[in-house]
Order: sequence, then C-alpha cells, then structure tokens
Amino acid sequence: MWTAILLACVGCYVLKLAGLSLPERVLSHPTVERVADLIPVALLAALVAVQVFSDGTTLTLDARVLGLGFAVVALLLRMPFLVVVVGASVVAALARLV
Amino acid sequence: MTAEPRLSPAERSGIVRDGIAVGLATGAYGVGFGAVSVASGLSVAQTCVLSLLMFTGASQFALVGVVAAGGAPLSGAATALLLGTRNTLYGLRMAPLLQWRGWRRAAAAHVLIDESTAMAVNRPTTEGARLGFTTTGVAVFLLWNLATAVGALAGEAVGDPRTFGLDAAVGAAFLALLWPRLKDDRNILVGVLGAAVALTMVPITAAGVPVLAAGGVAVLVGVLSKRDDPTELPGTDDVAGGHH
Repeated sequence: MWTAILLACVGCYVLKLAGLSLPERVLSHPTVERVADLIPVALLAALVAVQVFSDGTTLTLDARVLGLGFAVVALLLRMPFLVVVVGASVVAALARLV
Repeated sequence: MTAEPRLSPAERSGIVRDGIAVGLATGAYGVGFGAVSVASGLSVAQTCVLSLLMFTGASQFALVGVVAAGGAPLSGAATALLLGTRNTLYGLRMAPLLQWRGWRRAAAAHVLIDESTAMAVNRPTTEGARLGFTTTGVAVFLLWNLATAVGALAGEAVGDPRTFGLDAAVGAAFLALLWPRLKDDRNILVGVLGAAVALTMVPITAAGVPVLAAGGVAVLVGVLSKRDDPTELPGTDDVAGGHH
C-alpha cells in the first residue's frame, strides 16, 4: 500500500510541475488556447454533474439536487460564494431530515 | 501582463477573502476524505500522507475508492494518476498567467489544483492571478490537511458527511466556480456536453474517469470550433466568490 501511495504522490506532483514547466510556445497555437480555455468549463461541469447526480458508479437523485437548485437560485441572485455553498448544504441537510 | 495597474487594497482583500472562503468550503470536505479513507482500510498515517503529498482531492478519492472496492493499490494509484493529468492541463493554462520560475514554480506546482486554478484563471493581471492562486492554494492546503487528520482520527465516529449536506456543498462550490464562464454560448455547450458525457460514463467506468472523459469534449470542441478568439476571460467581479 505504501509503495502505491508514494508512487501516486510523486506522479501527481510531476504531472502538476510538467504543466507549469512546458514551454510557453505550447500555448501559442490558437487551437491549444481554445482547448485550454474550454477544459476547465468541461471538467467543472462534469464535476458538478458527478458530485450531484452520482454515487460511486451509479446515477442517483437525492437531496443534493435540492442543494444544487438552491445554488442556481443564489447564483442568479448574485449571492456571495459562501452563501451559495453553505446554503446548498443546509438545504440538502434539511431535506434529509424531512 | 506588464505595466498593469496595481491592485487596490480593497481588491487585494477581496481576492484573499474569496480564496479563504473556497478553502473553508473545500477543506471542510477533507473531513469526509479522512473518514472515507480510514473506512477503506488505509491507516491514519497513509491517509494524512495522501493529503500532504498528493494533495489533489479527486485523485485521492479515486485511490481510496478503488482500494475500498477491492482494487489493487497499484490500480488505485494508476487511477489517481489518470485524474492527475487534469492538473497538467491546468498548469499549461496557468503558467503564462503566473509567470513563476525556479523554487516558486516548484512550490506552486504542489498547490496546482481545481480550486487554485479556478480562483486565478479569470484574473486579468499576473498580480491578481498570483494572489488568487496562492491564497486559495494555501488556504485549501492547510484546511484540507487539518480536516483530513480530524476525519481520519475520528474515523467512523464522524459519520456520513451527508448528515451535514457537505456532499451537496461540493457540487454547489464547483457550480459557483463554473458560473462566470457560462455567459458564452460555446462554453454553455461545452459545459452541458461535458456533464452529459460524465454522467453517461458513471455507470461504465471507475469512479473519477467520467470527469476526465469530459475533458475530451473540450478538446473536440476546441479543435472543431471555427471561431479564432479564445474565450473572453471574465473580469474579477465575475469570478466565483468575487461578488463584493
């Protein structure tokens, strides 16, 4: 177990450092720039979807959806970030008590 | 990025406050990681080492998830690395913005994660990007590790993070980070497709892979798109948490 943990830790750091160290000209191509700009959008959207609608390898619908609904409304109303996040968890927690 | 106007004290404190807020939100979930990791069969020391040295949440969850499901530790490590490639892409995006060399770059690499990237990538100046990146990275690092230790030590006594709705908080936090990017039609398309691809992949792949697969949508749309201009970067006021 320790071997796997340490290998993965070193590997993850190398992946991070490689991103920061690759020559700047890698980004000079318009296609690469477009892709680099779109990647956080795709991944953040996927993270939202996976965090809210899945549990392990199954798709689920539970109180997290109500939390996300609150977050959407709060963001539309331009509420502060902390209100969006804490409010979403409070809504989900309350929904589970009902 | 040269000769940019300096940030005002108010802008600086706003960026710092937002970074700490993200740290609190994300760090809190570290309690869940600590508890899940120990429940998966890792020791408290192994759990804490993961948060200290790997320090990229999705990869950490993936590793302990594979182990919990009976997977070999090395296949857990491979899954973690697969997810870690996401940070390479973040690094490519952040390097020209942060413009760090030497030991600063080596140190920055350790806190190059979803949150530090999201809180820096929208800043129009290097000064703002560095401040957002550092504040968020350090805040998340400290709170994530503290929370991991608390969660691991408390173990099963902490109970299910769902009790406090913390699982819903994470989705909301990611949505808030995504929000300012959804003003552009192409971004909305990529976001919807990315979410759809990820959910389609959930039942058929190991935990964590669906998010990486969504990156394929970005590559595809980026390559096929005819529009030359890359996405307009939103201003500081549009950044998640930047509502002053």
